[in-house]
Amino acid sequence: MQRIGVFVCWCGSNIAGTVDVQAVSDALKNEPGVVFSANYQYMCSQAGQNLIKEAIAEHRLTGIVVCSCSPRMHEATFRKTAAAAGINPYMVEIANIREQCSWVHKDMLTGTEKAIILGKAAVAKVNLNTPLTPGESPVTKRALVIGGGIAGIQTALDIADAGFPVDIVETKPTIGGKMAQLDKTFPTLDCAACILTPKMVDVAQNENIRIFSYSEVTAVKGFVGNFDVTIKKKARYVNEDVCTGCGACVEKCPMKKVPNEFNLNMDNRTAIYIPFAQAVPKVATIDPMHCNMLKNGKCGVCSKVCAAGAIDYKQQDQYIEEKYGAIVVATGFNPISMDKFDEYAYNQSKDVITSLEFERLTNAAGPTAGKLLRPSDHKHPHTIVFVQCVGSRCSACAEKGKEYCSKICCMYTAKHAMLTRDKYPDTEVYVFYIDVRTPGKNFDEFYRRAVEEYGVHYIKGMVGKVSPEGDKLKVQASDLLNNKQLHIDADLVVLAAAIEPDKSARPLATMLTASMDTNDFFTEAHPKLRPVESPTAGVFLSGACQGPKDIPETVSQASAAASKVISLLVKDKLTGNPCVASSDELMCNGCSSCERVCPYGAITYVDKEFRMPNRTIAIRRVAQVNPAVCQGCGACTVACPSGAMDLKGFANNQIVAEVDAICK
Amino acid sequence: MQVNEKKPLIVAFCCNWCSYAGADLAGNNRLSYPADVKIIRVPCSCRVNPMFVLRAFQRGADGVILCGCHPGDCHYTSGNYYTRRRMAMLFSMLDYLGIEKERTRVEWVSAAEGAKFAATMNDFAQTVAALGENKRLEDLRCKR
Amino acid sequence: MHNSNKKLQQEIIRISGVNPKKCMRCGKCTATCPAFDEMEYHPHQFVAMVEDGDIEPLLKSESLYRCLTCFACVDRCPRNVEPAKLVEAVRLTVIRQKDANHLKADDIPAMLDEDIPQQALVSAFRKYAK
Repeated sequence: MQRIGVFVCWCGSNIAGTVDVQAVSDALKNEPGVVFSANYQYMCSQAGQNLIKEAIAEHRLTGIVVCSCSPRMHEATFRKTAAAAGINPYMVEIANIREQCSWVHKDMLTGTEKAIILGKAAVAKVNLNTPLTPGESPVTKRALVIGGGIAGIQTALDIADAGFPVDIVETKPTIGGKMAQLDKTFPTLDCAACILTPKMVDVAQNENIRIFSYSEVTAVKGFVGNFDVTIKKKARYVNEDVCTGCGACVEKCPMKKVPNEFNLNMDNRTAIYIPFAQAVPKVATIDPMHCNMLKNGKCGVCSKVCAAGAIDYKQQDQYIEEKYGAIVVATGFNPISMDKFDEYAYNQSKDVITSLEFERLTNAAGPTAGKLLRPSDHKHPHTIVFVQCVGSRCSACAEKGKEYCSKICCMYTAKHAMLTRDKYPDTEVYVFYIDVRTPGKNFDEFYRRAVEEYGVHYIKGMVGKVSPEGDKLKVQASDLLNNKQLHIDADLVVLAAAIEPDKSARPLATMLTASMDTNDFFTEAHPKLRPVESPTAGVFLSGACQGPKDIPETVSQASAAASKVISLLVKDKLTGNPCVASSDELMCNGCSSCERVCPYGAITYVDKEFRMPNRTIAIRRVAQVNPAVCQGCGACTVACPSGAMDLKGFANNQIVAEVDAICK
Repeated sequence: MQVNEKKPLIVAFCCNWCSYAGADLAGNNRLSYPADVKIIRVPCSCRVNPMFVLRAFQRGADGVILCGCHPGDCHYTSGNYYTRRRMAMLFSMLDYLGIEKERTRVEWVSAAEGAKFAATMNDFAQTVAALGENKRLEDLRCKR
Repeated sequence: MHNSNKKLQQEIIRISGVNPKKCMRCGKCTATCPAFDEMEYHPHQFVAMVEDGDIEPLLKSESLYRCLTCFACVDRCPRNVEPAKLVEAVRLTVIRQKDANHLKADDIPAMLDEDIPQQALVSAFRKYAK
């Protein structure tokens, strides 16, 4: 039997004005388990807290009920008081007789009556309270960053800077991501490579950072502070530690007709390749789909010319297991496929390109060495039509396209248009837009400059049809402001394709039990206040995997994610919330209902031995809750058909006792 | 006590993150609602076992209301969706058993909606009062 | 005046099943329309005018019979607004206002335009193209 002390607070006149506090403390004195009852002007004051401490010592109290303001206000205070006096802080319950009683009821009689009932409910609950201790779990002081684009790079650099080891896992042979493919960046027009490649070098040289390039995450187990991750290092048939990146193999490789995905297949590369000059790690990779030696054992040129002896045709995929305290997802984006947009003739003409292809065409390291030439005949285009919102802002029920605004297209189209007019003033540039959206520092100024200084023709309307005729592209479009239909003979059409999350994001989210929205963007723990954390503890979000973002926004979010990771990794131990679910193994029938409703993946099933009558042993499948992962929502307790699952601190019998006390 | 003067008894389960805070806000703004409403704090609306609702009616409650975060805002991502489904089932069963649908309700109240909380409770208390005392599930053995 | 427009507007929306509020004014329907030059009111204007309740000018306009129901606008519209169905609904409204649910055969030759193909022909192409 508990020995409960009841403490009724006046809160000055806040409570005492509408509730007869003396009557409340008198009435609760007679409740089962109550051995002491008092009231005081300000319970939360030092004097009030001392009153509680003294009563605990004097009456050997085991449970406390404070009738006062909302538990959201002072529950923590009174728990600390109880702990200081030597009883478990979770033996304290608050009856909210201010916000939910004295402040909402005007009449003394009803106020007092309700306060007594609320007090009785709290007493009934404390009678069934059990001391709870928050679980502790150690923290592995190492972070994993999945994705090596600008988001992953920035996050890794910031975490490493704080002194924690970081691993970057990147599926491509080099880090750098989409930003490495860009030419210039808006709105300042500095060259992407000039600002990105030094950061890539920083990553390579940082002692705290390891890069797993040409690798992917294949399994994630564990929970915040203690993730066990399996990383598959795909065979690149080149010994990374030995290869010097001299490029002799690339020069001599006879397979020179492999589409170069780094240049979006607009030119060719060799079967053994280094994606671009500033690649990190600067190591060659053999494409097994096109290498003659790997396909039919006939060639071996690269092995002969490699002075370092790095070529290893027998290399196998390698699986690496590593422990991490925190995981940052930075899987980024891709432009959507243009296959469904027949009207723009993307698949019919080489001269209809996406904006990312345009970036490569204007990039000095691109397939045309930076000269703007048409992919079909390598002639200089004189009329260029840009189409915005291709696949963005489509209706949810449309078969093609995405419902959201891709956010970056307005700005990069303005950039492309401006740069084209700057370099080739003899070119006519048309931009067809629905709305020009330029919220951002110096963004609208940038767009206006494209129109006013560079003479780009911005036309409100859409392109309805592009038809290749001879060496021209006939563009039929509307000019809504002049209510005209335009027919433009264009040399090049550039489509601002919508962006979508990388395809690897969905299976990764399943592995991490992190939630996603219908567009496969990762969901944040709170859309406003916790934008870089996933609802799954220990998983953080960086860059476009959470939603479309430009580079400045990506970098600031990447740093924000890093700071969240650092504040997790500096802790030696994580203290959990003790109010977690726990399963009574003797009652559990192994049905998996709880496992299915758990939003956190905190419940696992194990086969356990049970002693049965006549010295027999039975193996039964039972649920086990990981208290470090459980957030204490209680969804499983209701799903459990056998009543084996219960929530500590909000147990079935406690809530029923409250219901009973109220309904008496 | 005369029968017609008996006040309805309403049990409100409020989730800790949105609705309980909304109730606190109603208090902070001194928005009054009937004292017949007694609030029980639960971590999430999905913690409310249908058994608790049955128990309340069994012990003589005249109405039970569950308040949770708005869909999509659940602190635990999906708890309120479970609540919505479970309670849809339970309430139609209760209706079948003779506990009118008006006596049960699920309402979404955010932490910022003190006014909505008070308005909801006023409306619900009125509805329940109009229906009169609930007798169907009350266990006479528990009656004192 | 205003009331009758409202009524007509509701009627057209009901017949067509189109929600003109879904339109985001991108103009792709008009950009696509092969009969643009023949029309006084273009597909995006149909949508906007129905949304505004500005129905009278549409009822009187020859544009109604310049739309060939090729459904290119329906196919291309990113918001699934389906302007051609709206045009069809306006056409129907005109017919119904004449207290008959069909055109009189004698009226048709006057409406024909020798420069553009007949609706029935285009519709047939559309139907049997796939």
